[in-house]
Amino acid sequence: MSILIVADHDGTGLSQPSRSAVAALAGLGPIHLLLTGANAAAAAPAAAAVSGVEAVLVAEDAATAVPAVEAVAAMVVGMAGNYSHIAAPASAAGKNLMPRVAALLDVQQISEVAGVIDADTFVRPIYAGNALATVKTSDAKKVLTIRAASFDAAPATGGAARIETIAASGASPLSTFLGSEGVKSERPDLTSARIVVSGGRALGSSENFHLIDALADTLGAAVGASRAAVDSGYAPNDHQVGQTGKIVAPELYIAVGISGAIQHLAGMKDSKFIVAINKDEEAPIFQVADYGLVGDLFALVPELTAALAKP
Amino acid sequence: MKVLVTAKRVVDYNVKIRVKADHTGVETANVKMSVNPFDEIAIEEAVRLKEKGAATEIIVVSAGPAAASEQIRTALAMGADRGILVQHDGVLEPLVVAKLLAAIIAKEAPGLVILGKQAIDDDMNATGQMLAGLLGWAQGTFASKIEMKGETAVVTREVDGGLETVEVKLPAIITTDLRLNEPRYASLPNIMKARKKTIDTMTPADLGVDPTPRLTVLKVEEPPTRKAGVKVGSVQELVEKLRGEAKVI
Repeated sequence: MSILIVADHDGTGLSQPSRSAVAALAGLGPIHLLLTGANAAAAAPAAAAVSGVEAVLVAEDAATAVPAVEAVAAMVVGMAGNYSHIAAPASAAGKNLMPRVAALLDVQQISEVAGVIDADTFVRPIYAGNALATVKTSDAKKVLTIRAASFDAAPATGGAARIETIAASGASPLSTFLGSEGVKSERPDLTSARIVVSGGRALGSSENFHLIDALADTLGAAVGASRAAVDSGYAPNDHQVGQTGKIVAPELYIAVGISGAIQHLAGMKDSKFIVAINKDEEAPIFQVADYGLVGDLFALVPELTAALAKP
Repeated sequence: MKVLVTAKRVVDYNVKIRVKADHTGVETANVKMSVNPFDEIAIEEAVRLKEKGAATEIIVVSAGPAAASEQIRTALAMGADRGILVQHDGVLEPLVVAKLLAAIIAKEAPGLVILGKQAIDDDMNATGQMLAGLLGWAQGTFASKIEMKGETAVVTREVDGGLETVEVKLPAIITTDLRLNEPRYASLPNIMKARKKTIDTMTPADLGVDPTPRLTVLKVEEPPTRKAGVKVGSVQELVEKLRGEAKVI
């Protein structure tokens, strides 16, 4: 049987976490992608080009640009008969949708899949990633969310999937989308960036946080933050890296003024290289850092930014 | 309006967990247990709704071993009015917990249910959404702000690109994110008062729910540990390492 992935898109193509979900499940069967919401049709050609995809199902309805999760869940449940596995990236949208789908199918979802052993057996982190559980499900149908940081994304090209238009979910009497406050950024997306620069409580203010922005821009990096920095209002909530925020695994992660609580480490310890800048040489972040620099971030970060600006 | 909240018993977030030597799970004997921090935020929000006059009664539910009554007492000391313990000693998966809650909700008929978005032990992030699905109710997940508006609630949600606002029809399920509020500490007089509040105990069978897990844990392992690297003496040395050794920039 085929596999359905409810994918995230930006109106031009698939999100990188969605391509990671394709790569994670490609070994289990032919992959169908479901695209919903505004500009789903516009994103379909790029989605169809993703390696390993057999079909792209487009459910777009001009009247509901942001379809209600309650309606989308009902639609996915209606399609479930054709699929052995129903999955989504473990993005905010995927995490919101999939458990509702699972409950309506009487299935115990497997969240944040970080490894695929076979069609029934998956590896997932528990306790903020401090343990890895291998679980086998007895449910006939599998409902999964996929942790993007654990899988390389499927190549954006090489596929030639068919594109089908299907009926959209329509509105829901239960909920109405009122609006969003987007943090529009020229920087790369945090969960798929090659380099991430994150700041912690030690930055001391949102003005000082611009030191992180400047370093990130020099490197073409995304900006992250510890929970403490977000709670203090130095950085917006969607910058939070950690157990309950974003899980990232870039090639280079630079942690500035972050002590390294286990909840933060849970979100970044799979990065390829970790740099830590902190004035406390006993800070736990140094236990996971490949390169540690002890000292005052207010002197070191501008110096680093200047040094990196030179070729 | 009745508000129903949850209080899962979990290993305290400050405890460094240890994987059992036989790889069957995580050591939970003789470890400090607490209310799941996201549930604490849910309880706090319910208490604030009551203080504002938007809620009349707060019912707190915990499903777990007999000792989970400790977590219910914590919620009662924070300001919940009465507790329900669904006692079960084995693993309770989110789907089972959602079914237990759905059965309790059928009897109690709350106008709003607030749960933590995830428990910090299994990190599933599923029970609230599952409960909403089972009940056919609206869901406002990952809430950082809740505004009650009579027949509806306006929920500000933390999403990948920033914040999103949805209006949900009541009764509804709301799950809490970190920035919804800062939970209070219970005062000593309130802890004393909580001892007199009622906790009803029932079992999954009483609620007509089969607690059998769907997932079999084959093994639990420690993740590969990172080795601490080197301390560099200067920015210049760091840049040299990143360019020459790591070759990441």
